[in-house]
Amino acid sequence: MRKEVLFSGFGGQGVILASVILGRAAAVYEGLYAVQTQSYGPESRGGASKAEVVISDEPIDYPKALHPDYAAFFSQEAYSKYLYTVREGAKVIVESDLVPNRDFEFEKKLEVLALPLTRIAEETTGLSLTMNILTLGILTTWTGIVGREAMEKATVDAVPRGTEQINLRALRKGFELGEKARKGLL
Amino acid sequence: MRYPFPVGKSDFIQGDEAVARAAILAGCRFYAGYPITPASEIFEAMALYMPLVDGVSIQMEDEIASIAAIIGASWAGAKAMTATSGPGFSLMQENLGYAIMTETPIVVVNMMRGGPSTGQPTFPAQGDIMQAIWGTHGDHMLIVLSPSTVQEAFDFTIRAFNLAEKYRTPVVLLGDAELAHMRERVYIPNPDEIEITYRKLPRNEEEAKLPFGDPHGDGVPPMPIFGKGYRTYVTGLTHDEHGRPRTVEPEVHQRLISRIFRKILDHRDEIISYETFELDDAEIAIISTGIVSRSAIRAVKILRERGVKAGLLKLHTIWPFDFEVIEELAERVRKIYVPEMNMGQLYHLVREGANGKADVELIAKIGGEVHTPMEIAERVVG
Repeated sequence: MRKEVLFSGFGGQGVILASVILGRAAAVYEGLYAVQTQSYGPESRGGASKAEVVISDEPIDYPKALHPDYAAFFSQEAYSKYLYTVREGAKVIVESDLVPNRDFEFEKKLEVLALPLTRIAEETTGLSLTMNILTLGILTTWTGIVGREAMEKATVDAVPRGTEQINLRALRKGFELGEKARKGLL
Repeated sequence: MRYPFPVGKSDFIQGDEAVARAAILAGCRFYAGYPITPASEIFEAMALYMPLVDGVSIQMEDEIASIAAIIGASWAGAKAMTATSGPGFSLMQENLGYAIMTETPIVVVNMMRGGPSTGQPTFPAQGDIMQAIWGTHGDHMLIVLSPSTVQEAFDFTIRAFNLAEKYRTPVVLLGDAELAHMRERVYIPNPDEIEITYRKLPRNEEEAKLPFGDPHGDGVPPMPIFGKGYRTYVTGLTHDEHGRPRTVEPEVHQRLISRIFRKILDHRDEIISYETFELDDAEIAIISTGIVSRSAIRAVKILRERGVKAGLLKLHTIWPFDFEVIEELAERVRKIYVPEMNMGQLYHLVREGANGKADVELIAKIGGEVHTPMEIAERVVG
C-alpha cells in the first residue's frame, strides 16, 4: 500500500505544516512508514510552496510523489502547475475561491471536492489560517488514509501551544465535511 | 541521564534533527557552527539541546572558526561536531587538513546543495563527493559516510563519532538538502541500545609522551587531553612521535603520513560498509550512494518486473573506497550504471574499481531534483 499525497499553495498557508502533521499521524500514531518532503523558494511567505507525503506499510524507497493519489490545491499557480501530475481517479481538494480557472475536462478523470476552504475555516474558528488543518480533516475522513484519532494527536503535537482547541475545531469541521463527501452528500 | 527528546521510540523528524539527536546520544557535547541552508536546523537543534545536557553550542564568525573551535574542543576532551553546506565546507578545507594532520577526532557534516559557489541553497546535489575526499591539500586520509534515509542519517552520525574516536580522525558525514529537510519515521534508541566508542587515553606517562607515536601497533596513538597533566605539542607541521616539528627529514614525514593512511586502510573491513539489493544474480548493476540510492532501489524493482536482472550496490562508506568489491562485481555483471546528482564523481571511482572488466555508464543529473526511478530504469533498458 503506497499512497502519495500532494499539498500545494503559496507560502503562509500552512502547506508544509499540513504535510508534517499527516506524516506524523501515519508514522507515529498509525505505525506506518511515512516520508515528508518539501520544496519552496527562499521567501518565507508568498512564494510557491509544495509538500509531499508518501505513506506505506513497508519501507519507502523513492521518497517523492510521482503520481499523487490524493492532492490539495490552495492556489491557482499550484493547481495549474501540479494538477496534471495526479493519478487518474485521484481524490483532489481545491480551494475554490483561490482557484478561479479550472480544467473541468481534466477533472472528469478525478474525484474533485472544490470548497471555499479559507472561508469555511474562518467561519468555523475565526481564523482563516486554520484552513490547512480543516483540509487535513477533510482528507482524513474522505480518504481514510489515517484514522481520526491519529490525526487529532498529530495535530495537537504540531500546532503552537495554546492553539490546540482552535485547531481541533477546524480539524473536526473537516472530518464532518470529509464524511459528507465520502457519502456523496457534498 | 535525561535526554531533551524522547528515546526508545519512533519519531517523525528531519534528517538534520536526526543528526543532532544522534550526536547528543553519541556523546557530542560541543557544537560550533555558522548557519547555512540546508544545515541550519542541525545548529538550531544543537542550540536547543546542548544546554540541557551540559554541553556547549556556539555560533562562530564563520565556518573557518567553526571547525577550528571543534578541533580545540576535541583536544580539550569533548566529542565535537560542526555542520555546514558547500560554501562553508569549502572554507573548512584548510582546517580539515589540520585535523587530519593533528589526528583530531571530529565530525563534520556537509548537507550538500547545488554548487559551485552559493549555487542553489534549497536544492539537493552530490557535487561535493570528491571535495569531501580530496578537498584539503596534501596527502591525506579520512573517512566519509553517506546516508540515504533519515534513519541512516541518525545511525551513521553515531557511527561517524565512533569511527572518529576509534581512529583519531575527522569523519565527514555527507548528506544532501533533500535528506536534511526530509521528515521520516526514525527510531531513536535508548542509550543502552547504542554502542558508543571513546578515544584511547594515555595509560601512563610513557604513552603520554607519544601522542603521535604508535605504542599499540594499530597506528592509533592514545590522545592526551589538554590540561590533564601532560605537556603536549600539537602542530600542523610535520612532527615526530612526540609532536615536535621536524620538517626537513624525509623519513619523519614518510613515517607520519604512512601511519595516518595505515591506521584507516588497515581497518578498511571495519570501516567500509555497503548494502546490496537483488545483486546475487544480477547482470546489470547500479552503484549509488546517498539519496539517489532510494530511486535506484525502485528502479531495480521496475527493471525486475520487466524481466531485466538488475541489482543495486548502495555504498554507505565512500572513503576509504572499496575498489575490490567493485572489481568483483564488474567481473560478473554485463554493465554498471552510476546515477549521481552531479556531472560525474562517484563514477570515476567506480570506473577505477571496475578496472575495465565491465562497462561503466554515468547517469548524471544536476539542477536540484533527485533522479526519478524511471529516469534510471529507462537508461538501463535503453
